[in-house]
Amino acid sequence: MTLLTYIINGISLGSVYAIIALGYTMVYGIAKMLNFAHGDIIMVGAYISYFAATSFGMPPLVCIAVSMAACTVLGIAIERFAYRPLRNANSLAVLITAIGVSYLLQNGAQLLWTSNPKMYASLIDIPALHLFDGRLTITGSALVTVISCVIVMALLVLITKKTKVGKAMRAVSEDKEAAQLMGINVNFTISVTFAIGSALAAVAGVLLCSSYPSLYPTLGSMTGIKAFTAAVFGGIGSIPGAFVGGILLGVIEKFAEGYISTQLSNAIVFSVLIIVLLVKPAGLFGKVRREKV
Amino acid sequence: MKKFLAAVLAFAMVVCLFAGCSSGNSNEGAGRIKIGSIGPITGGAAIYGNAVKNAMEIAVEEVNAKGGIQFELNFQDDAHDAETSVNAYGILMDWGMQMLLGPVTSTPAAAVAAEAEADGVFMLTPSASSIKVIEGNTHVFQMCFSDPNQGLASADYMADNGIGKAIAVIYKSDDPYSVGIYEKFSGEAAVKGLNIVYTGSFEEANKTEFSSQLTAAKQANADLLFLPIYCESIAPLMTQAASMGYDVDYFGVDGMDGILEVEGFDPSLAEGAYLLTPFSADAQDEKTVNFVKAYKEKYNEVPNQFAADAYDCVYAVYEACNNAGITADMSAQDVCAALADQFASGKFVFSGITGNNMTWDSTGAVSKSPMAVVIKDGKYVLAG
Repeated sequence: MTLLTYIINGISLGSVYAIIALGYTMVYGIAKMLNFAHGDIIMVGAYISYFAATSFGMPPLVCIAVSMAACTVLGIAIERFAYRPLRNANSLAVLITAIGVSYLLQNGAQLLWTSNPKMYASLIDIPALHLFDGRLTITGSALVTVISCVIVMALLVLITKKTKVGKAMRAVSEDKEAAQLMGINVNFTISVTFAIGSALAAVAGVLLCSSYPSLYPTLGSMTGIKAFTAAVFGGIGSIPGAFVGGILLGVIEKFAEGYISTQLSNAIVFSVLIIVLLVKPAGLFGKVRREKV
Repeated sequence: MKKFLAAVLAFAMVVCLFAGCSSGNSNEGAGRIKIGSIGPITGGAAIYGNAVKNAMEIAVEEVNAKGGIQFELNFQDDAHDAETSVNAYGILMDWGMQMLLGPVTSTPAAAVAAEAEADGVFMLTPSASSIKVIEGNTHVFQMCFSDPNQGLASADYMADNGIGKAIAVIYKSDDPYSVGIYEKFSGEAAVKGLNIVYTGSFEEANKTEFSSQLTAAKQANADLLFLPIYCESIAPLMTQAASMGYDVDYFGVDGMDGILEVEGFDPSLAEGAYLLTPFSADAQDEKTVNFVKAYKEKYNEVPNQFAADAYDCVYAVYEACNNAGITADMSAQDVCAALADQFASGKFVFSGITGNNMTWDSTGAVSKSPMAVVIKDGKYVLAG
């Protein structure tokens, strides 16, 4: 029974990682850049939904919609003003800019909302499932997180594989210049990618804080790093990879905490990552690309 | 071009002249003893820093109103970060600080204590309870009881009052404050024969996620959770325990003080929780009543024990300054020598709102007795 509890806790935590990892992997797969500010957009999304719920008393679904809209605008603005001017710069410059944006968001949030932690009242009002005479409890937010993670993954696969914008995204991902020559608006396509990624971040923020109810300005940084690890674990750029990577990371973390040591759990998680990358350098689902010299 | 440059340089020199002048004037300001303090007024530990800052402001106002020795307070933010705290200490030294009543939290305080010790500046921390803060330092003192004392007293209180048939401990393994209390607690628990069924830990990176630790504690049938950690973790922990349907009692130390003031926290979750503290806002002695009244009027909140320790700090140095005949024109090092002599010799006895007849020994630790408070109907009440 304890084993089942750890698995369920792991899947629940893992699906939060997965939904964040999807945002990382999507932007990386298409724009070929690591958007380190992604974790902080999650934090902004969580704050906006918190204020929508507490200060304006909006119903949960409206809170999520407002937060998604705000994050989409934020994501597009960040891309427009911080990343687009660097489109032709080397990737290191873009990476450093992303770290800069991340700090800007964190400190901006501290100024606006102070850094006192706030307790986030879960927006998900679904009663917990009690199984086996209450010996096994699955919280409502865990259920919703897992289900929405699966839906989001399916939607993303559909968008990239079946729609016209998706085709454009894949083309931009393959070769920006060739795509442009074929009449694809590269800037627009990348903006759409950021818009989708940021809307996802808002959902992730709401789900994260509904399960782990503490809200503070640096909320996104550690979670962001773990989710990024999950994306690399699954093979960065691969949508199913991010999903599987996230879930596995969550389960490994909970198993390490439950059966080995709560103190060593992070060390164990990252050791597993290193071992996987030694065996499969591109991650579980990553494509190995031959560089032609 | 040369003429232009000369004009610019001449102008710059005149500006410098006036600049020198004005700063000279402000230095002359009335004969006030400059007290520096450092604490987190932003960041996860801001509850403690703000409480200390507020209480010190009240105490300094009161002391100045008496007309004797005059104090001037300069409070700097360190966001509960050691490096920031050392920088804040540098800012205060440039300002001309003559004694330091801070930092508020242990990790920054340990870093700053080393600097203050080297510079010969007197330091009295209201609430940094780690033994590392005073260890090896000759003129660093604590107003709060030290971590080992908190761990010891917690175990004794549980044993004496028979609370907790099966006890689980969750501590923060990368925080010396938490580890210090935990180690002393587990040592004393073994002596007193307490039944500890589970011990779990977590780190800064996982400070809001406790499902594994709570699951394990529940499996071990623990009926009391001992939490030597801060509110920023206790609040989410209590929320998670409630959502997984784990009904358990809580026992905290001074880090749990302030739990009822966490924004958005449902106070009913902390109902019945014990916490060890030297101060209770509903004590009926005159000093406490006056302090609580002044604090409520000014900040519209009930002061916690951090505020009380800070308030006592100001009054303690006020009395010690009077005893030692300290004046505002003495250097920080002379002030330090005189105050350290008062405190370390054991001849200085202070009665404040966090205890009567407190004394200090040469290690810098205070001797006073902690008491237990229980949360009832959303208020801190003295445990019977």
